[in-house]
Amino acid sequence: MPPYTTVIGLEAHVQLLTASKLFCGCATKFGAPPNTQTCPICIGMPGVLPVMNRKAFDLGLKAAVALNCKIAAFTKWDRKNYYYPDLPKGYQISQYDLPFSSEGFLEISDPKGRFETKRVGIIRVHLEEDAGKSMHDEQAGTADSKVDLNRAGVPLLEIVSKPDMRSPLEARAYLTELKLLLTYLGVSDCNMQEGSLRVDANINLHVPAPQEKGGKIATPIVEVKNMNSFRSVERALAHEAERQFEEFQRTGQRLGQVPKQTRGWDDTKDATYAQRHKEESSDYRYFPEPDLVPVAVTEAEVESVRRALRELPAQMRSRLAKTYGITAYDAEVIVNQAQPFVDFYVDLAARCGDGKLAANWVLQDVLKVLNERGIAIDKYPVSTERLAALLARVKSGDVDTGRGREVLQLMLDQGQSADEAIAQLGIAKVDAGELRKLCEELVAANPKLVADVKGGKLQAAGAFIGQAKRKNPNVDPNRVKEVCLELIQALP
Amino acid sequence: MSIVDLTAFELRERLRSGEISSRAATETYLERIRRHDKTIHAFLRVDEQHALRQADEIDARKKRGEKIGPLAGLPVAVKDILCTKGQPTTCGSRILENFVPPYDATVVTKLKMADAVLLGKTNLDEFAMGGSTENSAYGVTRNPWDVTRIPGGSSGGSAAAVAASMAPLAIGTDTGGSIRQPAALCGVTGLKPTYGRVSRFGLVAFASSLDQIGPFGRTARDVALLLEVIAGHDERDSTSVPKPVPEYSRTIGQPLSGLKLGVVKEHFAAGLDADVESAVREALRVYESLGAKLVDISMPVSKYAVATYYIIAPCEASSNLARYDGVHYGHRTDEKAMLERLKKDAAGGGEVDSPLVRLYRDSRAEGFGPEVKRRIMLGTYALSAGYYDAYYLKALKVRRLIRQDFDRAFSQCDLIAGPVTTSAAFKLGEKVDDPLAMYLVDLYTVSANLAGLAGISIPCGLSTGGLPIGLQLQARPFDEERLLRAAHMFQQATHWHTLRPKLAA
Ligand SMILES: [Zn+2]
Repeated sequence: MPPYTTVIGLEAHVQLLTASKLFCGCATKFGAPPNTQTCPICIGMPGVLPVMNRKAFDLGLKAAVALNCKIAAFTKWDRKNYYYPDLPKGYQISQYDLPFSSEGFLEISDPKGRFETKRVGIIRVHLEEDAGKSMHDEQAGTADSKVDLNRAGVPLLEIVSKPDMRSPLEARAYLTELKLLLTYLGVSDCNMQEGSLRVDANINLHVPAPQEKGGKIATPIVEVKNMNSFRSVERALAHEAERQFEEFQRTGQRLGQVPKQTRGWDDTKDATYAQRHKEESSDYRYFPEPDLVPVAVTEAEVESVRRALRELPAQMRSRLAKTYGITAYDAEVIVNQAQPFVDFYVDLAARCGDGKLAANWVLQDVLKVLNERGIAIDKYPVSTERLAALLARVKSGDVDTGRGREVLQLMLDQGQSADEAIAQLGIAKVDAGELRKLCEELVAANPKLVADVKGGKLQAAGAFIGQAKRKNPNVDPNRVKEVCLELIQALP
Repeated sequence: MSIVDLTAFELRERLRSGEISSRAATETYLERIRRHDKTIHAFLRVDEQHALRQADEIDARKKRGEKIGPLAGLPVAVKDILCTKGQPTTCGSRILENFVPPYDATVVTKLKMADAVLLGKTNLDEFAMGGSTENSAYGVTRNPWDVTRIPGGSSGGSAAAVAASMAPLAIGTDTGGSIRQPAALCGVTGLKPTYGRVSRFGLVAFASSLDQIGPFGRTARDVALLLEVIAGHDERDSTSVPKPVPEYSRTIGQPLSGLKLGVVKEHFAAGLDADVESAVREALRVYESLGAKLVDISMPVSKYAVATYYIIAPCEASSNLARYDGVHYGHRTDEKAMLERLKKDAAGGGEVDSPLVRLYRDSRAEGFGPEVKRRIMLGTYALSAGYYDAYYLKALKVRRLIRQDFDRAFSQCDLIAGPVTTSAAFKLGEKVDDPLAMYLVDLYTVSANLAGLAGISIPCGLSTGGLPIGLQLQARPFDEERLLRAAHMFQQATHWHTLRPKLAA
């Protein structure tokens, strides 16, 4: 345990899954050629006016309700004014003092028990439009700068957490849970590579100091940016905590003694670096957007959003655990793979009638292939129907788990059904008499092993399995071991 | 009687009956513009070919018996702050000198749909900021009644065009009085509709919560005709209100019985020119003779209206005008020369701008005129951290109180009557070096914008110097119908709206 407490708050920007932008009809598809998804409104030409995309507002509402937020009865839009080439109007339409929702929470837990289940507070969730993208070298001056405004006006949900996380691991768990929730709700695809989920972190330390009021010293808060995966968030925060502690020991600087610093994360160098202070960053001259009318949301509307909410990940986990008798850990891993994977599992469990068996196979064998091949569950080559047929043979004892894996491999590689693969591998159930005869031969042929077992080294019986398999690959290894032990016990 | 002596309503009757062709009407007005606009300079651009083509097309369609719109063949001039597709829209500013919008303002679309003939774009104070049309980057407009005087502003070009009979109808915009004040000073009728009555889509924004587009004409009936075409909800403007549009020109002839006119005592305080006061008082007597009852009312908060307006309007303007940065469109400073200047500055030591910041600074410094810069600075200051509460927030509170003043007043009366301006038109250049004096020209008009009401200015007399004086009527939100009927009543009883300036040939 480090000699301090790490305090982390996260600010996430999530792109909403709408077909069109927040205030105009332009498409929001990722990857289109630069400036092909623009119109006079999102490029800020004179005289044009924004019109709110109701779909975006409704998606935001859904997310906020799922995040247990209070929904404001009345919300308005504000202008955030600053100059930048990727901001063609010279202001961003956002929400300032009356966000449409606030004071929610998201529960996070760790199935491995590395931290206790806790609620991370949500300060506010608001809607705003994205800026464009500039590619330029401002310092060089002579080089041409380029601006792509496809992204300008795309709807974003800004979700600001309280500084409730106490480790980089918790921060990662929060993001994982947030992403899961939003993808389950269809609010966002949360694709960090495509920029539909962006995360900034605020971090500082509480260093124990019994002589101080409150018993601790808070170090200056640093904002960390440029983290482009959950892994890099975790690593960046771990590094930043160490750096802050080292700096605190060196300088003794406390919260409030230096201006808030912004640091970028460099994934290749494994370090944060100080970023240049943005000019005029402190004064955005917010004021109410006069071109849009305020939005009123009634109690009844919130209630209908709440009722229409589908099962959320947390509820789904406990339902899976209860219905299929699987462990909380297994339920967590299944649910965390997102909806299509859950559907796959549920279908498989129903078909084979054994939730535990289905969980074992899905979590070990199916997941392994998905990871190796880098594919999603919808691209998994074996259907639940065929996989269930294999599990039925395993469950009945026709095929043991080991041979079952061989069967599945064949099904994956050659597209066979379970029966075909079993036949091709020549797997046939060995009847009890045959098995007993085989074991008697083995016991007779291995006096040394028999003596070991007799002498108390029970694990020596394992050696019989290999020999049995060589004679007949279809024998069930567990049965071989059982029968051999029985025979040896019976010897004088 | 010449075509240009007809009111728009009369001309429409003759166009409909076929007595006059659209071509003839358009040619007459174009000829009139050719003759007089060198002196008046009401127009920034006149597209003769385009106007004649439009007129011919309407004539042809009429001949074929096809359906034609309510303004069929009527020439209309449009303030150069409404976007016109494929045609320059400058806002009277250098920064948009070469800007050609790829879209029409909704009002322009509606005019086209109504088969109006668009004569051209009229002059204005840069971005509608001013009360004299002297702030145009393209030269001043002169008052047709006395060419040494201002026509008022910011819609000075539109008012002067109608006053000089260079257009029977014109479109203006009113943010603090920019339709009513030039209408009064040019002796024409001008109406500022209720905020939300007319779509602002395609109107280049000055102060979004105050801007409204409205009509100019010779008579209340002309103005009614134009208003019923341009009014209505527009899904492209969320602040336009989805209320049905009455047929103003049809109901305008119905007199109002038992009309209660509120007279604001604060309107007749010090600072009001004697000529204006006597003309307005005489107008009130006319109403009394028509059966109206005068009710004394007080609007104590109105004395803060100008101060409130000059916080809110510049704040919104500072943000609305941020987009003119030389990056995406509009004027951009000569980059090579700019980089040279930067290099020189850097050689002198000390901190210099980044090229991007210098691009913004130089483009805007060159593109905007002094009044626009002044208001951008005022607004930027008032919205800044530490000043926001004292200025912008306070102004919003006063704005609410002004609205309450009106609500109280309208519980006692149907309409409020009073002066439009403190005096008749002043001399060109008289107030250019005194911005504060210039701001006071909005004294009687800004309240209607702050409260979102409708107001109209109608001619009600001449000064001793022979200059027009206007009477202002103000109505509850969306009560334009009553406003127009009351104005029409007055015009049926008086001749002031029929007077024309004598223009040198
Ligand atoms: Zn667009």
